[in-house]
Amino acid sequence: MIQTLAFYLFATIVVASAALTITSRNPVHSVLWLILAFFNAAGLMVLCGAEFIAMLLVIVYVGAVAVLFLFVVMMLDIDFTELRAGFVRYLPAGLALAVLLAVELVVGAYAWTAARIDLAKRIAPTDVAVPNIEAIGRLLYSRYLYVFEGVGLVLLVAMIGAIVLTQRKRADAKAQNINRQINRRAKDAIRNVNQPIGQGVEL
Amino acid sequence: MTSFFETTVGLPYGWAWTVATLVGILVIALPLMLAVAMIIYADRKIWAAMALRRGPNVVGPLGLLQSFADGLKVFLQETIVPSSANRGLFLLAPIITFTVALIVWAVIPFDVGVVVADINVGLLYILAASSLGVYGVIISGWASNSKYPFYSALRAAAQMVSYEVAIGFVLIAVVLWAGSFNLTTIVLEQRAHIFGFINGFGFNPLLFPMAVVFLISSLAETARAPFDLTEAESELVAGYQTEYSSMAFALFWLGEYANVILMCALNALLFWGGWLPPVDWAPLYFVPGIIWFLAKTFFFFFVFSWIKATVPRYRYDQLMRLGWKIFLPLSLTFVFLVSGWLMLQRVGVPA
Repeated sequence: MIQTLAFYLFATIVVASAALTITSRNPVHSVLWLILAFFNAAGLMVLCGAEFIAMLLVIVYVGAVAVLFLFVVMMLDIDFTELRAGFVRYLPAGLALAVLLAVELVVGAYAWTAARIDLAKRIAPTDVAVPNIEAIGRLLYSRYLYVFEGVGLVLLVAMIGAIVLTQRKRADAKAQNINRQINRRAKDAIRNVNQPIGQGVEL
Repeated sequence: MTSFFETTVGLPYGWAWTVATLVGILVIALPLMLAVAMIIYADRKIWAAMALRRGPNVVGPLGLLQSFADGLKVFLQETIVPSSANRGLFLLAPIITFTVALIVWAVIPFDVGVVVADINVGLLYILAASSLGVYGVIISGWASNSKYPFYSALRAAAQMVSYEVAIGFVLIAVVLWAGSFNLTTIVLEQRAHIFGFINGFGFNPLLFPMAVVFLISSLAETARAPFDLTEAESELVAGYQTEYSSMAFALFWLGEYANVILMCALNALLFWGGWLPPVDWAPLYFVPGIIWFLAKTFFFFFVFSWIKATVPRYRYDQLMRLGWKIFLPLSLTFVFLVSGWLMLQRVGVPA
């Protein structure tokens, strides 16, 4: 009973906050609703017994990606009327995308039920006694080892690409040289001068 | 406890579980609030002693009731919401901070089995919940609609995200050695870890540097001195709390200290044996485990206060350099070393 209640609670909040993400006027509120949707989706994952995925969803999406998102949106200078103006123009493209996604969902669900997978193991395909993380690890490091390593390399390339694209030498930038700061001693910086009256100190 | 409500009281399983969990939450949350009040007192006494002052000594015997007097004071004050603030988010922010600080305690074991939720992704849960903590700060900074809170929110977000990376790798090193994400298992794996009689991963030469990195990162993660740039009063008034008053301010305060105690508890649990005595020697086990755990937690809190009383504040670029250029490579190297050592132990042993 509690599981059913929890399911409907999480599911309702996911749907409602997803709707609010696209309808709310303020973009910062949109991002916050999106975060709430992520968080409740993680709750649904926990109900499925996929606690590892749920935690990753919260750590990666809520904890890191959405924070940077919020960061960017908060610092944007946004004209709200201009944002609303594009609504009609983008409506056909948006609707087409929504229909496409819905069709994909239906096809996916259909393919899933058509295949001959053992019914009882559909939601949690491993033993309950084996923790999620171990089950995923066993698959990743045996059957899907090369694919997994390939994904790692793709991510590495993306990371190097991002660094190369954003790094540029700036002539006007002044960087801190930490080693020089640490090695600086009092005698390098302080001079004791017995200055005669009526003359300026020579620097 | 669930079985007690099921058999003795005669409730169906679902309700027995709900009642048992609620009781467990209350049993942890209420003493935690009391502990926060007392730890603020201890904090002020420690700073006072290091500055050769007396500290709070007026309210109650030895000033013990000082925190409660402060609590009553803020409770009676008026809650002021700035007219240009985003009202809903402004009030939501302290609630988020406080709630997130409390939910993490669900997976902290005080002894074998003395834990609200003994889940097998405990450590990931802690990472997830502590990464939520940044939202309270960001939202309060933005919703205040004021420049110092906003600067502070930006600083806090960058600082927390940066140090979480280092903390993540430190936790991976611990998890590799313990072979589990469950906190109870991690503590039990530390029993007789070194030479068969010293309890604690911290005494392991491969994990000791990780313990130091974790201690420093936990200072940065909770924005304690010397990393308290989010509320650096010389630059940002009071940081993201500038516009807050009354209970909203008190919630930030309580959440902050609950997080500090949590980080101290994590230091004790992950590296120094949690509720186990320091040495695996039978007479020491007569002392209840929770006493060892609280003593270790308090020791780390003393270290936190000690650092706050003695170390000057970091500059912001130094803070970022420490997180990204020193701790990240260092912890990555040690993840590599730890996994290499563990694989070396397995050479020739069937998997």
